[in-house]
Amino acid sequence: MQKAQFHQGVSPYLFVAPQVLIILVFFIWPAGQAIYQSFLLEDAFGLHSEFVGFLNYRDIFSDPEYLDTAVFTLLFAATVTFFSLTIALLLAVQANSVIRGAGSYKTLLMWAYAIAPPAAGLMGNLMFSPLIGDFYALINASGIDFNHHQNGSDAIFVIVLIAVWKQISINFIFFLSGLQGISNSVTEAARIDCPSTIKRFWTITFPLLAPTTFFLLVINTTYAFFDTFGIIDVTTRGGPGASTNTLIYKVYKDGFLGADLGSSSAQSVILMFLVLALTVFQFRFIEKKVHY
Amino acid sequence: MPTLAINTPTGSRSGVQVMKLLRLLMQHGILILGVLFLITPIWVALMSSTHTPETLFQSGLQFLPGDYGRETYAELFTISSGQLSTSAAIMLLNSLALGLGFAIGKVIISMLAAYGLVYFRFPLATPLFWIIFSTLLLPLEVRIIPSYKVVADLGLLNSYTGLIVPLIASATGTFFFRQYFRSIPDELLEAARIDNAGPLRFFIDILLPLSRTMIAAIFIIMFVVGWNQYLWPLLMTTDPDYYTVVVGIRQMFQVMSQGGDLPQFNLAFALTILATLPPVLVVVIFQRMFIKGLVESEK
Amino acid sequence: MANIELHNVRKSYANGVEAIKGVDLQVADKELIVIVGPSGCGKSTLLRMIAGLETVSSGNLMLDGQIINHLEPAERDIAMVFQNYALYPHMSVFNNMAYGLKNRKVPKTEIEQRVIEAAKILELDQLLDRKPSQLSGGQRQRVAMGRAIVRKPKLFLFDEPLSNLDARLRGQMRIEIKQLQRNLATTAVYVTHDQVEAMTLGDRLIVMNQGKAEQIGTPSELYNKPASLFVAGFLGSPTINVLEGSLGKSGFEAESGHKLDRRKFPYSGKASLAIRPEDLHIVPVGQEDFRLRINMIEELGSETLAIGTVENSAQKLTVRLPKKTSLSEGALLSVKLDYKHSHLFDDHGKRLEPEKVEHRQQYSAIA
Repeated sequence: MQKAQFHQGVSPYLFVAPQVLIILVFFIWPAGQAIYQSFLLEDAFGLHSEFVGFLNYRDIFSDPEYLDTAVFTLLFAATVTFFSLTIALLLAVQANSVIRGAGSYKTLLMWAYAIAPPAAGLMGNLMFSPLIGDFYALINASGIDFNHHQNGSDAIFVIVLIAVWKQISINFIFFLSGLQGISNSVTEAARIDCPSTIKRFWTITFPLLAPTTFFLLVINTTYAFFDTFGIIDVTTRGGPGASTNTLIYKVYKDGFLGADLGSSSAQSVILMFLVLALTVFQFRFIEKKVHY
Repeated sequence: MPTLAINTPTGSRSGVQVMKLLRLLMQHGILILGVLFLITPIWVALMSSTHTPETLFQSGLQFLPGDYGRETYAELFTISSGQLSTSAAIMLLNSLALGLGFAIGKVIISMLAAYGLVYFRFPLATPLFWIIFSTLLLPLEVRIIPSYKVVADLGLLNSYTGLIVPLIASATGTFFFRQYFRSIPDELLEAARIDNAGPLRFFIDILLPLSRTMIAAIFIIMFVVGWNQYLWPLLMTTDPDYYTVVVGIRQMFQVMSQGGDLPQFNLAFALTILATLPPVLVVVIFQRMFIKGLVESEK
Repeated sequence: MANIELHNVRKSYANGVEAIKGVDLQVADKELIVIVGPSGCGKSTLLRMIAGLETVSSGNLMLDGQIINHLEPAERDIAMVFQNYALYPHMSVFNNMAYGLKNRKVPKTEIEQRVIEAAKILELDQLLDRKPSQLSGGQRQRVAMGRAIVRKPKLFLFDEPLSNLDARLRGQMRIEIKQLQRNLATTAVYVTHDQVEAMTLGDRLIVMNQGKAEQIGTPSELYNKPASLFVAGFLGSPTINVLEGSLGKSGFEAESGHKLDRRKFPYSGKASLAIRPEDLHIVPVGQEDFRLRINMIEELGSETLAIGTVENSAQKLTVRLPKKTSLSEGALLSVKLDYKHSHLFDDHGKRLEPEKVEHRQQYSAIA
């Protein structure tokens, strides 16, 4: 049944007005600007611009560096999501089953949510720094030639590690609450029906966590796409070369540092569509979840 | 299994106990490893911030407290030249302003909007709903450059308004409140209508007190989100007086990566600690509320 | 003083679903009328329309002779008790009861006096400072009632108020509600899906089915003269027995081939005969209408039920037996049907009256 509602002339508009106003000025307008700019080409001084149609888009899609960046971003997002989800799930399952110290573990595992990505980035950067990083020394001592300032794959390793580290807490919180949300009677019925703990997990617990997992999948993808900006900006800055450039970092570099507004706007628009596609994906799962 | 238990009762019982013990050990072992993994970096940062830059440069990261902590932190709060252009005190205040301003603004604006959307039937409700919730799909980051231009055109660069208000444009808070309001039973509104309570009275007398926990939870989450903003303040603030701690970290990184003098690693670590401590404390202290608010949003 | 009238009241939704398909009803002053029916029959919708929580699509809703279709709930001078009580969880018992009075700008001293008075009646006077979460289910129910009675409304509306209580408490509250309503002499409309509650509480009942009123009348009218097969089947426990068959010149013949009713009816064709388990009698062998093979005996203490199958057919029947019986499962019973008490219904489930007994027709169904 539909939610019971008031029917009053102006008052709903007054309640909604502040939010809508802010959105119009700081969301709709800039988004429109981005689309508009993406069809323009500015001269080097930003004095003249002309309408060039899809030229900016064509340039972007024929730029091998952009395609590399896109592929890297997707792989990066998949890797970060996979590892942070797996580790968090492992920890949440343990934390849900221990009796002694459950509360303390919870606190000790959730606090990292509150760390700003650049703070995590700087710490990670220094841990692996060739100047003082013990981990730098440790890895090199084991015979591997490691330097994340010079070697692309080492740089990727470092930012993935930091990004995973930073994201474990939030995934842990959601998984734990998902596990605690599974009703006792279901758990008990499963214990009667299935003697193996591991099998029980994969056949009962994990499917019941599916809604949480799907939700986290999207949260984590968004995180890997955007929130890792802060990590990358204080560790590798997309380098060495362009080996750790993500799409958002490239938008920032081209638009803000490179002042190529047309291309950067077109990149923003592409990114918007990408995110939109991801969200549509999420909504379909949420719908599924409602009918669970 | 049961037959085994009957045949050798003592043997199997102790066998089961050994298994239980092993499992317990494994569970705690995994958890402790997880905790160590998360805590080590912050511990190392905290410890290293109490050593002189020379010590750090010569013998690397520090795992135990040193005796240079007071000097390190004092330097962060006093200098306005050298490694940092702004004193940590000003940066912390700016972060506090951003966190609080963002949280307060967000709670008020999104609660009002959610109330309007959930409890009223009006002609423009559906289009307004879509305008508001379209912002959920597109984070500020994807439209960062045009947003910067808009704020610049409005003359809001280097101002708290320019820093805070565009961030509020996302509807996350509205979404939280909408979900929460929808979970409140309809009969409550119906009872209130029979009790002669109009929209404003229902909001003040019933909804506001009922939402106290939710408001607190969203406030905490938003404070942390606001405090941790990075890209937006980075673009918005060219005047060092408006730097937040989190932006300050970047400055620290920049100075260090430029080489030259002996890098002040202790200051870098100390600033990281300063940027991290307030939001972590808030989250840990209000843990229960925070988790409730966070998890509620999923539903 | 309050009477309500519903004139061809209808409710349809934007998606075309018709929830209420035209209901006429008159509730007299001080009457307690119960709307009863299975879930989804529209009974709650009808109540909520009277409350003003749902709009009326067409027809008129009148309170004391005035059309109230477009009045806000608060303007209708009604009070409602909700199924889940809808207590304000953050307010004390006192404030829950006082809230509606405060919003109507009743003076403080009067509010206090009325709340305390109501609390005394409902034995809540020790609990006035508690929050709803600190109360038991029965106490919450009382607070919800208290909230209604402090208002001294023209009309009480009850939306399945007892369905969240356990059986014992339900029986007890049922009596209390009835007494309270009588003492306060306030007109009341009560919705329930529980036929026992409906029969015991209501001065009159309105049985609803698929958005329509099947029958309106006193409990005994409905029980003894069900206007439709639906009403016959809905009221009474154990459920009435229904035999399919056909009506012809010589009366009713069941599908099993037994002639069961030799009265004449102004109808011929497919028909059903309904008979309550207490109207089937065990007779000496040879005098029976049919024989019943007992499948199961249910001993309920005050009575015993035999559930069986009519010999040579698949027809199942329930027979009420005296308290003590030596019958056992598998036995064959000789059963005779008391046709003064049998009810006949046509192909559409509408009640049929026999031709001879014309003087009875004035009681016949309203629907």
